[in-house]
Amino acid sequence: MNKEIKPLKFSGKWDFDPAPESVDHISLKDQYGLFINGKFENPQTSNYFPSINPANEEHLSMIAEAGEKDINAAVSAARKAFDGPWSKMSAKERGKYIFRIARLIQEKSRELAVIETLDGGKPIRESRDVDVPIAAAHFFYYAGWTDKLNYAFPNRDPKPVGVAGQVIPWNFPLMMAAWKIAPALATGNTVVLKPAETTSLTALKLAEIIQEADLPKGVVNIITGAGATGAGIVNHQDIDKIAFTGSTGVGKIIMKAIAGSNKKSTMELGGKAANIIFEDAPLDQAVEGVINGIYFNQGHVCCAGSRLFVQESVYDVVLRKLKDRIQSLILGNPLDKNTDIGAINSKEQLGTINKYLKIGQQEGADMFQLECPIPKKGFWCPPTLFTNVSQSHVIAKEEIFGPVLAIQTFRTIDEVITKANNTPFGLSAGVWTDKGSKIFNLTSQMRAGVVWANTYNKFDPTSPFGGYKESGHGREGGLHGLTPYLNF
Amino acid sequence: MAERINVLKTYKIFIGGKFPRTESGRFYQLNNPSKAIANVCLSSRKDLRNAVVAARGAFEKWSGSTAYNRSQILYRMAEMMEGRKDQFISELVLQGVDRKEATLEVDLSIDRVIYFAGWADKINQVFGSVNPVATSHFNFSLMEPMGVVGLVAPEKSGLLGLVSSLCPILVSGNCAVVLASEKLPLCSITLAEVLVTSDVPEGVVNILTGKKEEIMVHLAKHMDVNAIYLTDNLEHKKSVQEEAIQNLKRVVVGKQKSWDDRTVENPYIITDFMEIKTTWHPVEVISATGSGY
Repeated sequence: MNKEIKPLKFSGKWDFDPAPESVDHISLKDQYGLFINGKFENPQTSNYFPSINPANEEHLSMIAEAGEKDINAAVSAARKAFDGPWSKMSAKERGKYIFRIARLIQEKSRELAVIETLDGGKPIRESRDVDVPIAAAHFFYYAGWTDKLNYAFPNRDPKPVGVAGQVIPWNFPLMMAAWKIAPALATGNTVVLKPAETTSLTALKLAEIIQEADLPKGVVNIITGAGATGAGIVNHQDIDKIAFTGSTGVGKIIMKAIAGSNKKSTMELGGKAANIIFEDAPLDQAVEGVINGIYFNQGHVCCAGSRLFVQESVYDVVLRKLKDRIQSLILGNPLDKNTDIGAINSKEQLGTINKYLKIGQQEGADMFQLECPIPKKGFWCPPTLFTNVSQSHVIAKEEIFGPVLAIQTFRTIDEVITKANNTPFGLSAGVWTDKGSKIFNLTSQMRAGVVWANTYNKFDPTSPFGGYKESGHGREGGLHGLTPYLNF
Repeated sequence: MAERINVLKTYKIFIGGKFPRTESGRFYQLNNPSKAIANVCLSSRKDLRNAVVAARGAFEKWSGSTAYNRSQILYRMAEMMEGRKDQFISELVLQGVDRKEATLEVDLSIDRVIYFAGWADKINQVFGSVNPVATSHFNFSLMEPMGVVGLVAPEKSGLLGLVSSLCPILVSGNCAVVLASEKLPLCSITLAEVLVTSDVPEGVVNILTGKKEEIMVHLAKHMDVNAIYLTDNLEHKKSVQEEAIQNLKRVVVGKQKSWDDRTVENPYIITDFMEIKTTWHPVEVISATGSGY
């Protein structure tokens, strides 16, 4: 059968003329301080580190590195704001501040999208259509909750936790900041947030927006730095709650650090999601879903569908369609509106991905990649898939956090359920079939917090997100996303 | 006429619906205050592992049963307890509880089982949600049981504390491995006898007696346990939380002031042992943004 399936031929006809988004309308400072108590302050460490564009390695700005004294200052500003104006304010007024932030993000959406793409390497199509709108929507959604919390928790008396320490990753910098800050403020907490060191810029632009929104000083503090700064926040005695999004490895270190304390925590950690295609699935849509599932944001997605399971009877045709689709993806300048695949976020991450590509081949899996010119500068990894993969392969077990798909096959429903759940992770899963009863059978048996049926990688502020097992605990988004920021 | 010689009861542990002796062959003596009451198994790490295997094996069936069915089974448990009231009371008395208090405790315990039994088919109506996403999708969140839950049972409340902490775990479909109270272990084994006659499938509840300090660490470390309920014994909170990190099991720390407090009756302790699953599916509509695939 598979000899009958001929690959499509691709040629220059598929090329598009460049359509880059302009960058002349954005404003970036040469140097950014720490946003503490409503003002940008120089770090007491006097250290700054560069932020670069991973697509061409060009310098963008200098970012302050927060040390112990800076962390203390940020936490004490947050504490003062919590004890003072923020707690005294009526919930209604608090909500209006959060609505303001949502609106200001919408007003500045184009600038934020461009900066997100410059700083992180993701295609402008994604930062423009996903990251920035969802960030604004998140503030808008949670703003409305402030004066309605009593309706969310029957027979309970919800109270804010206090000062929340929040550490976020580099894959969706602005969106993650919104996911963290919006519910914390809506529930009456104050915040010390640290963005990832490779992607601080949109968080700092958000700090400017918060300044412009005239939020009481100290309610939101945004401090920059690397792992040591994050550890300083986690270990700080006057922080009541830790919210972390990142790898399972770092999540475990944080849990160890706060063990025995009274700090509450939310952990959004790694994943190795199964994306399952049955023979009765709408195959073309399924292939689009697989592409979106693993190559969206270069695979820098904790819920990426990195393990594909295809029912044997349709394996050949699905593989051919997938390879054809990969060959039509456009890799290149992230600012170009036609670009599908942007730059890998950092040199370090590219090293990690390449390590896994090597391991995959050494373990005997067959590698297939998009054939395309790779830009000379910057960090790039073409969309990749592996066939001939087994359950025990490292590339089928560990989170790669890159555009790397491991494909396995199955015959029966029970078999694929067992294989899909055979992982310490449990963040997300995908199921493709046109049979309704089969969908509900599969979605109810997946041990994962988010299950996409006949779709993938969709997000919404009203929709709770978070994992089972070693993918973390607590939910972000929706009514359920309020709970981690409240005491009862 | 010569006085009749009493038949003493051997208190064995409860794993997978059976009552084995501990694999360790060890025991400890329960005294009141000077007289020996019973020899109680000192369960070992191996017993714990067997219990986890039994619990995991039972999870698919128990969590897959209908909420109505689980509700009836827990209600059946209350019925069986009612029939054994005198036995529970005399065991509590034997372990040093005042008879009047023991009677109150048993009554309240039975009522509490019924309270939690009623939540089985209501949890998802109260805590689930349909989420109005801004794209063309139908999106809903439902609560699901976590899996295997280790219960470090209350030390000072031999029956009421046990059922008040066990039922919220069971009612959503979790399976439990219970470390019984060291000082008041008798009712836990008698409760096991209730469970085997209450249609609770074998393996859903497993009860180990012994030194908590010996077994707790292995429970906290076990890679196939999803959550731990540390009801008291809070001096072990830090070490349990640290060991639990290996597979990021959830650690729920008891907050109750007293087990006869009515506030113990609330659904939030049930949801503490549940995960939230959100499901998306496209809705085929022709809108400005196209269909939701």
